[in-house]
Amino acid sequence: MSYQNELYQQVILDHNKNPRNFREIGDTAHSCNGHNPLCGDKINIYLKITPGDVIEDVSFTGSGCAISKASASLMTTFLKGKTATEAKVVFEEFHKMVLGDLDPATQEHHLGKLTIFQGVREFSSRIKCASLAWHTLICAIDKTGETTME
Amino acid sequence: MPHFDVMKIRADFPMLGALEEGKPLVYLDNAATTHKPWAVINRIRDFDSKEYATVRRGSYRLGERATDQFELVRKNVQKFINAADPREIIFTSGATQAINLAAYSFGKKFIGAGDEIVVTHMEHHANFVPWQILCQEKGAVLRVATITDRGELIMDEFAKLLGPKTKLVAVTMCSNVLGTVNPVKAICKMAHDFGAKALVDGAQSTPHMAIDVRDIDCDFFAFSGHKMYGPSGTGVLYGKYELLDALPPYVSGGDMINAVSIEKTTFSKPPIRFEAGTPAISQVIGLGAAVDYLTGIGMDNIAAYEHELLEYGTKVLSTVPGLKIIGTAPHKGAIISFTMDAAHPHDIVTIIDHEGVCMRGGHHCAQPLMARFGVPATSRASLAFYNTKQEIDQLAKALHKVLEVFA
Repeated sequence: MSYQNELYQQVILDHNKNPRNFREIGDTAHSCNGHNPLCGDKINIYLKITPGDVIEDVSFTGSGCAISKASASLMTTFLKGKTATEAKVVFEEFHKMVLGDLDPATQEHHLGKLTIFQGVREFSSRIKCASLAWHTLICAIDKTGETTME
Repeated sequence: MPHFDVMKIRADFPMLGALEEGKPLVYLDNAATTHKPWAVINRIRDFDSKEYATVRRGSYRLGERATDQFELVRKNVQKFINAADPREIIFTSGATQAINLAAYSFGKKFIGAGDEIVVTHMEHHANFVPWQILCQEKGAVLRVATITDRGELIMDEFAKLLGPKTKLVAVTMCSNVLGTVNPVKAICKMAHDFGAKALVDGAQSTPHMAIDVRDIDCDFFAFSGHKMYGPSGTGVLYGKYELLDALPPYVSGGDMINAVSIEKTTFSKPPIRFEAGTPAISQVIGLGAAVDYLTGIGMDNIAAYEHELLEYGTKVLSTVPGLKIIGTAPHKGAIISFTMDAAHPHDIVTIIDHEGVCMRGGHHCAQPLMARFGVPATSRASLAFYNTKQEIDQLAKALHKVLEVFA
């Protein structure tokens, strides 16, 4: 196992260096501040959802390691145009994948380019880094304000 | 200084021969916990297989012998920190419980509304949160002493925090993040001048330098066994006997009583008053073996060698591009915290882990300190007398690997 092949792939390093949708959305009811007390990472997610359940805009701010930032960045690019219901399905699949309970090579999924994070399952201390943005997303969809990874 | 034979020392520690990913373990997280020498491992094995029984209860000879061994450790710890009396040594589960004991029992008896407790900005949460909780419960005021950008207490400002309302000063002897060694003797004197008591957190100092609680003149002194090459689940609260004798118990139950009736209970004298329940018997025996082991090497020899490592490590790490050391006080223990422009501490730690180096990245249970320096986390190399300059070179090499990945 190599951290360069499994974890720090070029796409992840690029999203860490040049995070996409790294901004606030001011006028929205859907936002949440996510926090991982273990490492101090903070990811804030902002969403605009149409009455038809479609995510028309999604962005993030915050500070954290390369994995948490890249995960948030890739998540925002992936979600635009999807419905909130679809996002929740992908959250479940993403969560299973990083825990090693879903193998994208053999099982059906809707993860698309997010499968790049499957290597995280080999680095147990980094699983929460990859999933922080996703937990915060669910919190933002449900409008619950803030969430802490336990 | 006589030659310090680190390779001979390393042979005493079986974990140092372990492999990580096929590479020899380079263990630089000694401020979190330390490895055990054979002397500790074998002593526990022998005790458990030949001498084990409960302490302070049985009237049979096996129990008496176990009690003698247990109490012998108390005497050895007393000598190790130069306390006046073995009754001043309370065994706890660690420094955290030791400080909680002091906060609870001292607070219950001596802290009231409007009283003031002084801590510093560089405390570990274990010497911060118990006092914060106590102040909130009692309506007391928590005052926090400020530090410089180098990570030293600003003593003029510290003095201004003290006054007639000050009841206790709680300060670390050595910062677990910055490495700063604080002038605890002077601080205890300042506290005493106002009639306040002083607690010194010795979790990071006791394993690395000679401790003399009577010279420091602290009223309480707390430390952990597992950071000084002994077993986890052990620790010590030292307290001046008269003060301990004035305090109510912290945990109650078996062993700590004088007499119990339906109407009331009277308590034992210290230290037993504060050791309710069956203690960590075998682990305390192991702590005794650790104390003997360290005494055999000599704390001054350990301190001198670790200082050499610190100077070497500071020099070598300073050459890594974009690396900034947090904590540059002139008087430091062998702890080097740093940030790197290129990568977050979590990423640094993952990469160097796979290069065979164990080091911690995070807030180190010192979030107020992280906030003071405006960083969410740091990477931290914390050294012990079994580390080598070659291991520091390996750390530096691994950090260059981080730079490659995040180029």
